[in-house]
Formats: sequence, C-alpha cells, structure tokens
Amino acid sequence: MEVLKYDLIIVGSGIAGLRAATAAAWASGGRISIAILSKIQAMRSHSLSAEGGMSAVLYPDKTGDSLELHAYDTVKGSDFLADQDAVQILVEYAPKEVRYLERIGVPWSREPDGRISQRPFGGMSIPRTTFAADKTGFFIMSTLFSETRRFDNINVYHEHFVTKFIIEDGEFRGVTAYDLKRGEFKFFYAKAGIIATGGAGRLYRFTTTAHSTTGETLGYALRAGLAIKDMEFVQWHPTALVPSGILVSEAARGEGGYLINKEGERFMKRYAPQRMELAPRDIVSRAILTECMEGRGFQHESGMCYVGLDLRHLGEEKINRRIPFIRELAHKYAGIDVLSEPIPVRPAVHYTMGGIHTDTWGRVLTADGKWVRGLWAAGEAAAVSIHGANRLGSNSLSECSVWGRLTGEQAAKYVLETSRLPAPDGKLLDVAKGEESRIFDRLLHKEQNAPSPYEVKKQLNDIMEEHFGPFRHGSSMAEGLAKLKKLREFSSFRVVDSSRVYNQNLKDALEVDGMLDLAMVVGIGAYARSESRGAHYRLDYPKRDDVNWLRHTVAYMYGGELKLLYTPVTITKWQPEERRY
Amino acid sequence: MKSLVVKVKKFDGSRTWWQEYKVEVPSEKISVLDILVKIKEEQDPTLAVRYSCRMAICGSCGMVINGVPRLACQTLLSELGDSHIVVEPLWNHNVVKDLVVDLEPDFEKVRAVKPYIIRDVKEVYESDKEFGQKPEELERYYNFAYCIQCGLCMAACPILGSNDKFLGPMALNAAYRWSADSRDRGWEERKKLIDTEDGVWPCHLAYTCSAVCPRGVDPGYAIQLLKAAILRKKRP
Repeated sequence: MEVLKYDLIIVGSGIAGLRAATAAAWASGGRISIAILSKIQAMRSHSLSAEGGMSAVLYPDKTGDSLELHAYDTVKGSDFLADQDAVQILVEYAPKEVRYLERIGVPWSREPDGRISQRPFGGMSIPRTTFAADKTGFFIMSTLFSETRRFDNINVYHEHFVTKFIIEDGEFRGVTAYDLKRGEFKFFYAKAGIIATGGAGRLYRFTTTAHSTTGETLGYALRAGLAIKDMEFVQWHPTALVPSGILVSEAARGEGGYLINKEGERFMKRYAPQRMELAPRDIVSRAILTECMEGRGFQHESGMCYVGLDLRHLGEEKINRRIPFIRELAHKYAGIDVLSEPIPVRPAVHYTMGGIHTDTWGRVLTADGKWVRGLWAAGEAAAVSIHGANRLGSNSLSECSVWGRLTGEQAAKYVLETSRLPAPDGKLLDVAKGEESRIFDRLLHKEQNAPSPYEVKKQLNDIMEEHFGPFRHGSSMAEGLAKLKKLREFSSFRVVDSSRVYNQNLKDALEVDGMLDLAMVVGIGAYARSESRGAHYRLDYPKRDDVNWLRHTVAYMYGGELKLLYTPVTITKWQPEERRY
Repeated sequence: MKSLVVKVKKFDGSRTWWQEYKVEVPSEKISVLDILVKIKEEQDPTLAVRYSCRMAICGSCGMVINGVPRLACQTLLSELGDSHIVVEPLWNHNVVKDLVVDLEPDFEKVRAVKPYIIRDVKEVYESDKEFGQKPEELERYYNFAYCIQCGLCMAACPILGSNDKFLGPMALNAAYRWSADSRDRGWEERKKLIDTEDGVWPCHLAYTCSAVCPRGVDPGYAIQLLKAAILRKKRP
C-alpha cells in the first residue's frame, strides 16, 4: 500500500471539485499540494450533462433583476425549507462566479453588444439563467478542467475510487482509494479534504443521471460518522426522453416550448395557470404524472406513459442556435425531428436536494453539529442547504461553483494555518491497511455464494421506483423499507473478476454497497416526514405542515443503526406562505 | 427480440484473445454501449469497458466498432446494419484491460499546449470584471470548444500510428481553440510549442481525425488554421 501525503484532497471532479481546486491553488499562492481524486477520468464527471444554464443576477440595472428577487424565488421554490442565510450567499456570489468562468474562457452565449445572454427558467421570475447554448455544464466542466492545468500544485488522479473516509478524534485524516488503472491500493494522507462527489440519481432506474452518479460516497460518509441531511427530497426532472431517461433541458421550455397531452392541450393551465410550463420542477413533474394517471398521456411501446414537449413553433433558426443539443438527442435517441414532432418526455430522477450535513459555509458537521475539523463538502453531495425541498433549475451550477470556491478558499487557509503534517502514526496506517485487506482479500476472493452486485442493484432500483417515487404513501413506504432492510442484509457481493487491474466488477460491488445505506436514508426520512413539501409528496399527507415539519432531517449511524434527528430552518426574511405559480 | 453476436477483443494484462457473446436485444434502437453493459451484467462481469453519461457528451466510451473509432453510446445497432458486431480497444493507445485504454498520454499532450487563457493571472483571479466577447468573436473558436477528449481522433490519426511523439489532433485542436479566443493573449507562447518537429508539421491532411469526431469538431481544420497562422505571422 502506497502512502501519499497531500495538504488538500478533493474527492470528486465535477464543477464543485474542480472549482475548489482552482480556488485553493490560487488562494494558497501555489504553496499547498492539492490532489483531485476522481473515480472516473476527471473531465468526465456528470456536471457536464447539465444543459440549460447557471442562474445569476448579472445586469440588474438593465433587466430590473435583483439579488433579493433571486433569493426569494429560490426560497419559494424550495417550499421554504432552504436556509435563507445560505441562499443569500448563493445569490451574492453567483454573479462573481459567472464572471470568473467568463475570464477563464467559458464560451457563454452572447448578445450582439457582447453581454452574456440570459434565458427564462422554471420558478425564476426574471430571465437570469446564463448559458452556453444547451451544453452549459459541458462547457463549464471542460473549461474548469483546462484551468486546473495552469497550476503545477494541482495533481489529478483519474480513476481512483475512494473506499473510505478516515476521521479520527473529530478530525479528517485522509482517504483510501483503489487505483483502477494500476490495480493498486493507496492511502492519501492529508490535512484537509473536500467531498464533492455529486448526487445519487442511480438509486433509481429511470434517471437523467450518468451511470457513475451512484452516491456511494454518501453511504461511506455515514459509516465514517458524518450525517446526511434532507435526503428524502429527490428531484424528478419533468422532461426526460422516453425511453432512455436522457435529459431534455428545461431550456426547451425556457425558450418557449409547450407541454401537451394526447388531446393536444397545454395541460399546465390546470396546475400552474400563471407560470404554465415554467413552474418549478416538482409541480410540473406531478402535473405530467397526473395527466398520465387520468388517461391523457401517450403510450410508448416500452409501456411508459409520456407527454409531448412541443418545440415546433419555435422555428429552426432558434432551435439550432439556442438548443441544438436537444435537437440532436431527440433525433439520435428517440428517432424524431423536433421541427415536425413533439418530443416524448416524462419525469425522471434528476437531482438529490439532500446530502452531507454542512453549515452555511460548507463545513462538514456531525449529527450533533460539531465541525469535523479539516473537512468540507460542496455541490450536489452537500446539503448547505439552499434547495430545501425542491431545487430551481439552473441554481445547481451556481451552487457548485460558489461552494466549490468557498470551500477551496477556506481549506487553503486552514492548511496554511495548520502545522506541518507529521508522519502518519501506526494506528492510522493500520486503519488503511485494514481497508486494503477488506477490499482485496475479502471482497475479491471469498464470496462465491453472495449475490451479484447487478442483481442487488436491480432490486434496489425496483424498490426505489415502486415505493419512494414522486407520489408516496405511508403503507407503501413501510413495505419498501422492509424490502430495503432485507436487501441490506447482503453485506458482501459475488465478484467474479479476480484481477486487480481495472476490476470494474469490484468497483460496481463497492458502489452498490454504499448505495444500499444511502437508500435507507432516503427511505426512513421520507417515511418519517408526514407532510408534503416540494418534491416530497405524500398521498396520505397532501398538505405542507409548517407547525411540525418546517425543519431539516438529519440522519446518522449509531451502533450500526440509522437514526434521525431534526434541526431548525434558518429564516431571515421570508416567512412561509402558500406556494402558488 | 433479435439475436446478435458480439465479438470483443479482450486483454487481461498478458494475453489477448477474441471472445464471442450471443445477445438478445429488444430492438434495433439499442446502443452498442447498452449491449456491452448487458453482457457485463448478465454474462461476463470481467468485461472492462469505460462509460458514464450514455449521451455522447462525457467522452468515456471510445472504442473501435466494426473497424471505425466511435463512441459506443452514440452508435445504435440500427446504424450498423449488421447483426455481427466486432469491438476492439482504440488504436494507437496502450490497452489497460479489454476495451479500456490509457488516454493519460493524450491528456498530457493537451496540457503541454497550455489549454487556458494566457494573460495576467491576477486579473483572472482577483478582478470581478468580464473580459467580454462579441458573438462574432465567439464564433471564431466555438466549434473547436466542443472537444470532449474522447481520443477517437488520436486513434484514427495515421501519423500517430508511426510517431507517438506527434502532438496529434486532440492537443492541436486545443491549441487552436485557446489561441483563437479573443480573451487570450498567449499565441506567441503557444506558437513556440507547436511550430516544432512534433507539432503541427507532421500532419499530412488525412483528415481521418475529423471524419471520426463524434462532436463534429474538425481538428484537421484546426491544424491547418494553426499552420496558416504560423506562416502568415498572425494570431488565429
């Protein structure tokens, strides 16, 4: 086992992780050593699938927009579960981040006078979504990855799968990782860490997210004594391509696309008469599924019910200039031309509002509210919380960039103020060696009678789709929880591949192992929350309940059991009100 | 259901062999990636294949399919027009395992051409202004910014087949993309890196790189634009 020493380790290479790296590299004046660990090749993280844009108040004098309005839209969109002090940070820093990204070379779409273009998005009362055609995530990702190349003190470790967070005496000590390409096990020993591993869409089957968006690190975080917040809030994006689940950006509706049912009717008038197709995602998703349940959807040969996303009236020129990728994806994966036919879409799991419990600045907290010294979390992996019960489209790229920067800067400062890292002691090395033996000796060679990780993942997906979907009910969730508990009894998996080099079978087993713990967090949080708020909708409790449930769910592991506690929501300006669109 | 035979070139670190798999697929609209994942999950968990986004934007799943470098997720069975599929790892790269090749040397070549805005770094990090760009300035490099670093162009390049020191289409495309950006001031610096024996000059315009690019980037054209800029002594 190789031991590598770094000042700062960043786990995850999406927008949050890469931005943390460039911020820390600059803030430290090149004086600290930084490692980015990515379980895939670092420039391939799922942030690049983001299409529509990044929210920011850029030109308030010209557009009449304001930070206050952006904050209010976000809080209302969150169904009042967002922490309002955190939202304030988001809206203040987002414009600075858009301009930073502009200076490092993001090809933002432009107005004739050179201003950065902005488009309308769901739940935003003014067009404030900044974009680079409909590949915004890709362009930000690839530009940020390129930008890391400027710094000699940023070291990128591609295809290093983190298996464990090591925390001792309330302090972060490093991580262990499996280097797929070399087939080696490594201990990254460090002063500081940032967890930026993204979401967990693949807990479900029908999802817009990449195959790699599995969320196992959140399960590992629980085992390391960290807490997970608000995990029951899972976002369904209203418009995923049928039957693959590939994302059709909200930009399609932002640019004027309609949603129509099989009677050709713009049905959103029944659900959000003012905002229509540009209501927040939780509302549009439930509207589509309601149309389906009431028999007004189309039927796909795969058995899925869907509605039509109609772009025909937008015209070829606008489509090619503003949303070319949507045209390409619909043609390739659904076999239709958007100029002549509506796109078949239905809601798919897209985003996890919940994540690692942190304070407003992204410092990782234990369940009892203590900072785990030296550790931060940023981006979708973290719950700061700015999205509360429902995220508004285009706020996630802002979040990733803002908290990537903030955590990177804080970590750099912390590293410079902390005394030199001593050699790792024997106890720490034993922990890392024990982990190596768990992975290579036990998982890799012993478990012939255990189930295949693919079989378990399939069952997990079935349970999540059936029992923890967009419409939930207490009795169905109780059944789902029982099934999840039974599935969790599998503590090991059959790994057929016995090689060390690029053993994907082993990697897949490690993913499923972490996913099972995380799924339980979604399940028990959802079951306990007896109200409907944002994306968490219960048929048996269809109303929001601010008296009992205006609070965050915090899950943690105690004696091998998952426990829940609740923390208050920070309200600075806006008291909860009825959410109408 | 349709039956097909998939022939995969396997490599386990010491030995190379062809393995055949029989697969049943529900429709012709299935991608080669979906077929490979099906094989991995249902028949042969030892099969190594890189993949992630499954929507032709992350660049993971480059491989040679029926003799052409392509992204597996972007290649539908219906487009191959054949129920016999032959899959092998990308050419011109060291194979790690099965369909997984080592692309890190490609990434290092990209790094060597300084793929970022070259100007006062302090201004980039400590000012809060926009450098600004007109739509027509954006157009000059925009298409070249679509590169997803999948490596298909590097696999298709005939020069790289015999000279692995050649910077190659991926890195040279990056050199053009950054040099043609109106915000960049780095042409003179970058020119020194590419006006070299292993820089732009070995390219002899086969254009196979552009032919296989899954994002329509046209790196072959980028290389010719770089040559022209060098000869005319004028930044792109």
